[in-house]
Amino acid sequence: MKEQIGLRGKAWFKALTGSDTPKNGDPNSVLATTAAVGNESALFLCVVPDKDSRFPCVRDGQVGLEEAFALASHIRAAIAEDHDKPREAKRPIIAIVDVKSQAYGRREETAGIFFAAATSADAYASARMAGHPVISLVAGHAFSGGFLTHGYQANRILAFDDDGIVIHAMHKEAAARITRRSVAELEKLGHEIAPMSYDVRDYAKLGLLFKLLHADDPQHPASNEVAEVRKAIREAIADARRGKLDLSNRWESDAAKETRKGTLAVRAALEAQWFNE
Amino acid sequence: MEKIEFNYPEAKRLITKRAHVGVVGSGDMEVLLEPNSGEGARVFITTSVNGFGDAWKAVFNRFFSKFDGAVRIHINDAGATPGSVLLRLEQAVEVIEQ
Amino acid sequence: MNAPTIIPDFVNRRSFIELDARARAQSLFDEGTWKELAGPFDRIESPWLAKQGITPQSDDGCIVIKGKIGGSPAVAIAFEGAFQGGSVGEVSGAKMTAALDLATKDSRAGRPTAAVLLLETGGVRLQEANLGLAAVAEIISSALALRQHAPVITIVAGTVGCFGGMSLVAGVSSYTIMTREARLGLNGPEVIEQESGIDEFDSSDRTLIWAIHGGEQRVGMGLADSLVEDDAGEMTSAVCDCVRKGVPEKHRTEQVELYRARIAALDTSSQIDPATLRQQWADPQGGVR
Repeated sequence: MKEQIGLRGKAWFKALTGSDTPKNGDPNSVLATTAAVGNESALFLCVVPDKDSRFPCVRDGQVGLEEAFALASHIRAAIAEDHDKPREAKRPIIAIVDVKSQAYGRREETAGIFFAAATSADAYASARMAGHPVISLVAGHAFSGGFLTHGYQANRILAFDDDGIVIHAMHKEAAARITRRSVAELEKLGHEIAPMSYDVRDYAKLGLLFKLLHADDPQHPASNEVAEVRKAIREAIADARRGKLDLSNRWESDAAKETRKGTLAVRAALEAQWFNE
Repeated sequence: MEKIEFNYPEAKRLITKRAHVGVVGSGDMEVLLEPNSGEGARVFITTSVNGFGDAWKAVFNRFFSKFDGAVRIHINDAGATPGSVLLRLEQAVEVIEQ
Repeated sequence: MNAPTIIPDFVNRRSFIELDARARAQSLFDEGTWKELAGPFDRIESPWLAKQGITPQSDDGCIVIKGKIGGSPAVAIAFEGAFQGGSVGEVSGAKMTAALDLATKDSRAGRPTAAVLLLETGGVRLQEANLGLAAVAEIISSALALRQHAPVITIVAGTVGCFGGMSLVAGVSSYTIMTREARLGLNGPEVIEQESGIDEFDSSDRTLIWAIHGGEQRVGMGLADSLVEDDAGEMTSAVCDCVRKGVPEKHRTEQVELYRARIAALDTSSQIDPATLRQQWADPQGGVR
């Protein structure tokens, strides 16, 4: 399914905003535009492949230096423009996520991609903490540093439910190599150990998703499917506006009560022991 | 993974302190040593190296031949040698006997 | 008359790197003011490792110590590099997040509580994959919440260094303290060699590794704040300074346009020379102790 990476994201960006061209001053790998959601305007962001990027290691849709700073720039502009607005009027920020990974390159390491990624994560989180509803739609792959940079600071996360959706810390082959197992063994482990699974339906058990969505042909969104996704995004925005500005909804979800018992035990123990002078 | 348990009912001396030593690195282990709530001493081992039950027994027989504290010992092991195990146990005892 | 005895520096030096994570965290606090929270005897271990034949650790490789540093309330959270490479699992990650959240709660209630993060970590623990990754996202969020009220101070001392998703935590920190031995980056040399080939990064070239990821380079190019000798006293002193300085007026990650312009100015036609980059980006205030 290699050809699909980045193409689903672009297809859904276009379907939801009508646009698929980068702005002046942005790299060709970043799509950013303002479009309607319900009866308000939202900032839509997406990272897509750019075969001609001047950074050789981002040409397949990886999130690199330029991408991270472009995202941060757009988000900070939105925060500044809405600065004096009340919470309910802060524009939503919608991240369409379909990224192969972070960029694996020497240029990137030299120029501090860790810091570029941090800057983008900071922008997304700052928007959320300022009251902007931040929603991520995982339309394809969401791996590791790429997802941390673009999408994982959201209030609410939506994802499609088919095999083309993979949310994970590392690609199968590399993960197998590092943990000294075969890919088949890794897949088998994923059936028993939900956090290791490459199946988005198992990911959904971790309590991190707001909703699973369905599309028959992922690269060619049908109009009724687009309408459903719009509706889900509006619901996610409303739910975010009703909730807190932090990420506590992730471990307080019903699913998390089953799959994140360790997290809850830690939080309870630290809370109990913290104030005991 | 193996979980192994031993009891040493003759180890009855009252212990009041606890000690934690070691890190579960490759070829290493951690020891948590604390007073036992009941009588005697109890040992609980979790190890990723299977089939060494006899070796563990020998190590603890040796340890409790010299140490008579009523302790509960938890061990998380990732392949420490018997010599290292004894060393870690002795380090823990040093802490509680200070 | 006796000739004065010259004692070499290294005789009196107490290595910080040789201490385990617990001892490192403890060494930062004012004597008699600290206690460990959710420690080994609470036995909050990983629910996921034993199923895979991996022995868990009683504290899941994360140590939380609360007390006073330089007279001010502080919490230190340290990853143990010797356990699973310091990698972030569900429990170890939750300990860091929860400690940051409690420090934020105290800070908002009028008791500013700094956080010191001791990051010896390769990133997400693959045996817990998505819960490790989610934990990293949550740590980033909680660090960003605390840094508005009290400084978040990251120490990368080595030998593991700080890689993977946790490098973003270093990136959002108020201050980052490194030793020369330490390394900080998103992807380690082996991963780059694996993903992009040996010409992109020869992971056996130690000179190259430290030229790009090493403490001296990161401080020199302005992406970390202090370079400290491998000495526990010096480290404590550096941390105290940061606690005293408090929240900086502007955090580095808020300076988007400055860094965006720097990236735009890069010549990417060949590899970037680290020394040249250091000259171009040098922060006149980058402190070397």
